[in-house]
Amino acid sequence: MGWNRKILRVDLAGGTCREEPLNMEWAQEYLGSRGLATKYLVSEIDPRVDPLSPDNKMIMATGPLTGTMASTGGRYTVVTKGPLTGAIACSNSGGFFGAEMKFAGWDMIIFEGRAPKPVYLHVENDRAELRDASHLWGKSCWETEETIKHELQDPLVRISSIGRAGENQVYYACIVNDLHRAAGRSGVGAVMGSKNLKAVALRGTKGVSGIRDFGAFMQATNDAKKVLADNAVTGQGLPKYGTQVLMNVINEIGALPTRNHRDVQFEDAGKISAEAMHEKRPTDGKPHLVTNAACFGCTIACGRISEIDKGHFTVKNNPKYWGASGGLEYEAAWALGAANGVGDLEALQYANLLCNEQGMDPISFGATVGAAMELYEMGVITKEQIGLEAPFGSAQALARLAEMTALGEGFGKEIALGSKRLCTKYGHPELSMTVKGQEFPAYDSRGIQGMGLAYATSNRGACHLRGYTVASEVLGIPVKTDPHVTEGKAELVKAFQDATAVFDSAGICVFTSFAWTLADVQPQLAAACEGDWSMDKLNEVGERIWNMERQFNNAAGFTAKDDNLPPRLTSEPAKTGPAKGMVNHLDRMLPEYYQVRGWTPDGVPKPETLSRLGL
Amino acid sequence: MKIAFKLFASLSDYLPAGSLHNRIELDVDEGVSVAEVIRRYQVPERSAHLVLVNGLFVPPAERSRRRLQEGDEVAVWPPIAGG
Repeated sequence: MGWNRKILRVDLAGGTCREEPLNMEWAQEYLGSRGLATKYLVSEIDPRVDPLSPDNKMIMATGPLTGTMASTGGRYTVVTKGPLTGAIACSNSGGFFGAEMKFAGWDMIIFEGRAPKPVYLHVENDRAELRDASHLWGKSCWETEETIKHELQDPLVRISSIGRAGENQVYYACIVNDLHRAAGRSGVGAVMGSKNLKAVALRGTKGVSGIRDFGAFMQATNDAKKVLADNAVTGQGLPKYGTQVLMNVINEIGALPTRNHRDVQFEDAGKISAEAMHEKRPTDGKPHLVTNAACFGCTIACGRISEIDKGHFTVKNNPKYWGASGGLEYEAAWALGAANGVGDLEALQYANLLCNEQGMDPISFGATVGAAMELYEMGVITKEQIGLEAPFGSAQALARLAEMTALGEGFGKEIALGSKRLCTKYGHPELSMTVKGQEFPAYDSRGIQGMGLAYATSNRGACHLRGYTVASEVLGIPVKTDPHVTEGKAELVKAFQDATAVFDSAGICVFTSFAWTLADVQPQLAAACEGDWSMDKLNEVGERIWNMERQFNNAAGFTAKDDNLPPRLTSEPAKTGPAKGMVNHLDRMLPEYYQVRGWTPDGVPKPETLSRLGL
Repeated sequence: MKIAFKLFASLSDYLPAGSLHNRIELDVDEGVSVAEVIRRYQVPERSAHLVLVNGLFVPPAERSRRRLQEGDEVAVWPPIAGG
């Protein structure tokens, strides 16, 4: 079995921690991590609960491959109802925290209620207790991690925490582990803050036991690692260039959202690309990139560790930021850069460091700054309101707004709302580049049609990691499809969505899917886990998870009208590049998608679909 | 006629020393094919995974047939991905 068969349930109001057996019938139907934690959540909370109320729950969960010899088996997931969207929130992180939870003997931790005062959870193998965190409240994620390690006199304790953004319930606050990995999207950090839970500190020394067939598992994981090593993307491209290598590609095809999606190409894309990270700076002769980095058990190592220019205006008088630290990745570089028209790589890294330090999702933060800059240029909000001039392209405004938002100061409190609430407040909801309240990532769906459908139907709001059709439409993985056509995209989106749900629920990184298909994951799961883990079963589990998430959202009040895109993307044609003149044709794809899914024309799973999936 | 030739990621090593921003301007004969330009810079065929002309994908089978025109921009990447 890949599971520890054990859950830790933490009652924050009562201050108690108790052990429960994992529901193994559910494990057979929902696998682990994303799928299994969502099953628990939807079974235990009212879908209409206020996400920031004590009645919402938050679950941190591993998958059966987390902590094992499987490549990238270090992932864990935070599942809750998201404050940014009001939909299911499911944010996945790498680093070392997930594996440590497994080593301590737990599959997941369920947090209930709200602590009367700030606390942190300390887990050392079987022993779990809530401890006072009054002295940690107000500290950053970095300070919290350092303080707890010092107090415990244990440098190997693994910590997930919130910074000031989570405490202040910034709608897109994230939970940061291992300094610069994060469960990033949908505001899971705000939920943690609402519960007065500052951190979770884990120490596990048990390893992972109970692999069903250890010999077969070693063979399967070795075979799969060879596939990753032999693949040019996972073996060479990602380690050397990281995700940011996409910046020039996506700009070239005219799908790089720029200046709040006013444009689809950014004139300074090259300056914030992976290639630029390798170039020596004229100021100090050093490249931005120091090295790559890997999460637990990862044989890809796409992570970026960089060093900011010490003479840059953002850090000149602040040595705290001079050391090597996490970033930039593609999404952060885009959201902090192209989305705001800022081409200053050092300023982007500074804003990114603040996001890591105080726990904010750089995608939603950067995209919200983009919306604010458009409102500023339209004269809807003024210099006096913001506290500084904030036109598109201003690195000074980006840096200052990052500080203000991270620390909950001035206009930063407005940026903390996210773009939907901000734009609605100022009378221009149409300028919010969101789906279900969550900001788009770095692909403009006018130039990549399938991504429009993937965004519109993503169960956690606009997201590239629920169904990454860019792989096929742009990069030719596993097969090349035409990004400008809508035909066939309904099936493509469904296939990506269901398969991704399995990768996420197994406890491995979705980046393996650039080289692996489910056929590479299946032998690993079958060797690790008891039960039937055939390909048919995995496909069914993926589809079941997707439909379960959809049912939760429908019960929370979402309808087919929420499967939509902002009018800018469906009525304002792209101005330049190969997609010039195009809009996204969601209207052509969505009815077919509902049909392929076995849903009614109103986007509701049909009784026969639910029955087939055992829902 | 003049065209732009751009090599990204690890392929930038195939550009002449001193090339800036992954790009060079080329003076080529009328009717030159995409494949000929790529070959001229000794980019291994299997490394030329993603080939775009003016941002549009040119499948491997069409690269020898596809003739370039004045002002075209050819951009080439090895197998890459991100997220």
